[in-house]
Amino acid sequence: MEAFLGNLSLGFGVALTLNNIFLCFIGCMVGTLIGVLPGVGPIATIAMLLPITFGFDPTGALIMLAGIYYGAQYGGSTTAILVNIPGEATSVVTVLDGHQMAKQGRAGVALGMAAIGSFFAGTVATLLIAALGQPLTKLAQLFGPAEYFSLMIMGLVFAVVLARGSILKAICMILMGLLLATVGTDLETGQERLTLGIQDLSDGVDFAVLAMGIFGFAEIVRNLENPETRDVVRAAIGRLWPGKDDFRQSYFPILRGTIVGAVLGILPGNGAVLGPFASYTIEKKIAKDARRFGRGAIEGVAGPEAANNAGAQTAFIPLLTLGIPPNAVMALMVGAMTIHGIIPGPQVMTKNPELFWGMIASMWLGNLMLLVINLPLIGLWVKLLQVPYRLMFPAIMIFCCIGIYSINNSTSDVLFTAFFGLVGYSLLKLGFEPAPMLLGFVLGKLMEEKLRQALILSRGSFATFVERPVSGVLLGVAVIMLLIALVPSVRKGRDVVFTE
Amino acid sequence: MKKTILALASVAALAGPVQAQTYPARPVTMVVPFAAGGPTDIVARIVAEHMSKTLGQQIVVENVAGAGGTTGITRAAQSKNDGYTIMMGHMGTHGAAPALYANLKYDPTKDFEPVGMAAGTPILIVAKKAFPANNLKEMIAYLKANPDKVNQAHAGIGAVSHMTCVLFNSQVGIKPTAVPYSGTGPALNDLVSGQVDYMCDQIVNLVTQIKAGSIRAYAIASAERSPALPDVPTTKEAGMPEYEVTAWNAIFAPKGTPKEIVTALSSALDKALDDAPTKARLLELGGVLPSAKERGGEWLGAFVVKEVARWTPVLQASK
Repeated sequence: MEAFLGNLSLGFGVALTLNNIFLCFIGCMVGTLIGVLPGVGPIATIAMLLPITFGFDPTGALIMLAGIYYGAQYGGSTTAILVNIPGEATSVVTVLDGHQMAKQGRAGVALGMAAIGSFFAGTVATLLIAALGQPLTKLAQLFGPAEYFSLMIMGLVFAVVLARGSILKAICMILMGLLLATVGTDLETGQERLTLGIQDLSDGVDFAVLAMGIFGFAEIVRNLENPETRDVVRAAIGRLWPGKDDFRQSYFPILRGTIVGAVLGILPGNGAVLGPFASYTIEKKIAKDARRFGRGAIEGVAGPEAANNAGAQTAFIPLLTLGIPPNAVMALMVGAMTIHGIIPGPQVMTKNPELFWGMIASMWLGNLMLLVINLPLIGLWVKLLQVPYRLMFPAIMIFCCIGIYSINNSTSDVLFTAFFGLVGYSLLKLGFEPAPMLLGFVLGKLMEEKLRQALILSRGSFATFVERPVSGVLLGVAVIMLLIALVPSVRKGRDVVFTE
Repeated sequence: MKKTILALASVAALAGPVQAQTYPARPVTMVVPFAAGGPTDIVARIVAEHMSKTLGQQIVVENVAGAGGTTGITRAAQSKNDGYTIMMGHMGTHGAAPALYANLKYDPTKDFEPVGMAAGTPILIVAKKAFPANNLKEMIAYLKANPDKVNQAHAGIGAVSHMTCVLFNSQVGIKPTAVPYSGTGPALNDLVSGQVDYMCDQIVNLVTQIKAGSIRAYAIASAERSPALPDVPTTKEAGMPEYEVTAWNAIFAPKGTPKEIVTALSSALDKALDDAPTKARLLELGGVLPSAKERGGEWLGAFVVKEVARWTPVLQASK
């Protein structure tokens, strides 16, 4: 305990120098401003801003990069709530209720609660990393390909079981998402699959391209169909700050979201993606009136946002303690550290303790900064909604295009987004919900990879999924969930996970 | 009117030679065909930073990832050959690509003006902690004795970890079960937890794990031991001298870029490689820098021809 406090105070000693506070602030600020561009998630933001950190000493540079990361992450939630565009996989869930709240004139409340939930989750996750980072890496080591595959199956079953409306349509959308995920070069053979001979599809469909098309562009087309309703929405702005009731409703969702998100964030691969989905599912399952979800329930923003941020933070654990980046953002952080002459891993803690603990302290500082920067900005964001739609939609379109282009400096990505916009509009017209498709797409790539790895390792034996204890338990949970769905009495109370 | 035309004509007459003399007059784009933060990107950014100082203009790194780096190289190869677009080529894009991609739109040996070798990262042969072998010879013996049991991880077709292990396996004479991953990170994770048995990859990706003792290193495939891992023997010392592989990164310009511009870039690159802090940063990564005779475009051009000839039969045989 004493050592723990000593480490933390060493960390804060480093993080709280005027210079580093300033770098953290600038990082969060720039990260937020860039990350708020639709489609520009943390990866694109960090890649874009990496060069500006070159001039600083390693500690300062990493503090700034961490700030950019949190800023971009939060900026993504802002676009999700305001304009219905999830910048990355983890904010897909925020779109569901967050944007509904915005439509009801409660954008300020949603943004405020997202910031507060994120701050709480960030604080808890920081403490978790500082205290338990080392032992927690063991958890990551328990997960081999078979376990990972079973976890993904569980995620998909959650989505199926809890989808309201037509369960058949939800399953169709999930399968479509899985199919879309198979586009691109086959991992094992190097053959191109379902690319129709188009060179730009050889690496598959980018998540941002799909999400912005299906959500962003399609939403704009739908709004243009009947602009009157859109103008009614912007007339009602409502309060800017969450009220007592909002807080009362959000305490426990935030707490639960933090726990779920933190645990899933530690997993290798991209466990953090499941966090917000799991949190949303839980909140909806235990809510007294599940029908509120998808129609602007604040729990549906508070919980997943907390889970999102907790996961974003605990994803640092495998990186800092093992030196293995668990996902693409962390891989980029490794690159950033390496450029500054630090190769992340266990020896950083012993060799550069001031850097290690300084960075951990600055994680908390970064979360605080986000609160400080974003709460005053909420008024500004909300005012944006008052801009007449005929001015707003071209601006959104332009920013979307800039955002998509900047991900990989590719014009064909912009064209693909337009295509998926049309697809998304048709789906809306036919009554298919896009969120299950995105979940299927996100999980699909990992699922296929892990399935094949597990089967290669077991030399083709499917028994591997039940013989391995962790994998077996996860599959068991999935089967139980499915059975519950099939019992008619329980089925009546089936909730809604994906509704707009 | 006449005056204007004259003025225009004289400007036009001046424009040609002046452009070459004052190169670069604006920022230069360096296409890196991999995602930001990867080994090639890191080398590119470190080198570009110092080259910018020499040239007096910023070299802007643009990451165009996709299809094992061939997307970015294709685009850069087709861009204007005025010296304002250059690229960081790589063992994969300029060595292995012709064997791996049937529809490759460029020829590494013909469609470029080689500028010079930047830096390479040597390949290591590593195995899980519990691998029952104490040195490379024992390791190879075990691989040969248990061809059905061993699993080798790699980060996808065309990745450095894939092709360098294909070469290793073919020289050893085994065909193990290959397990593909979507990147080095996940592959390494499963090597640490012992799900897979061995892999080959660039030193920069592995140093941490080896130092921490969570995986075993059997040999480094370079001529000399690396200062980053002084205890790891070279393949020559360990008894496999034929396996010498470095994942090299080199700068190229599109075909037809004026000679004086290529020379200017080439000498800026040499200056960067001779600069003590830049050198130190590259060496810290476990990188190997080109020796005096390995500098410049001419050597690089000949080297690329040799690399294509070396990788093509090995990779085609593995298909």
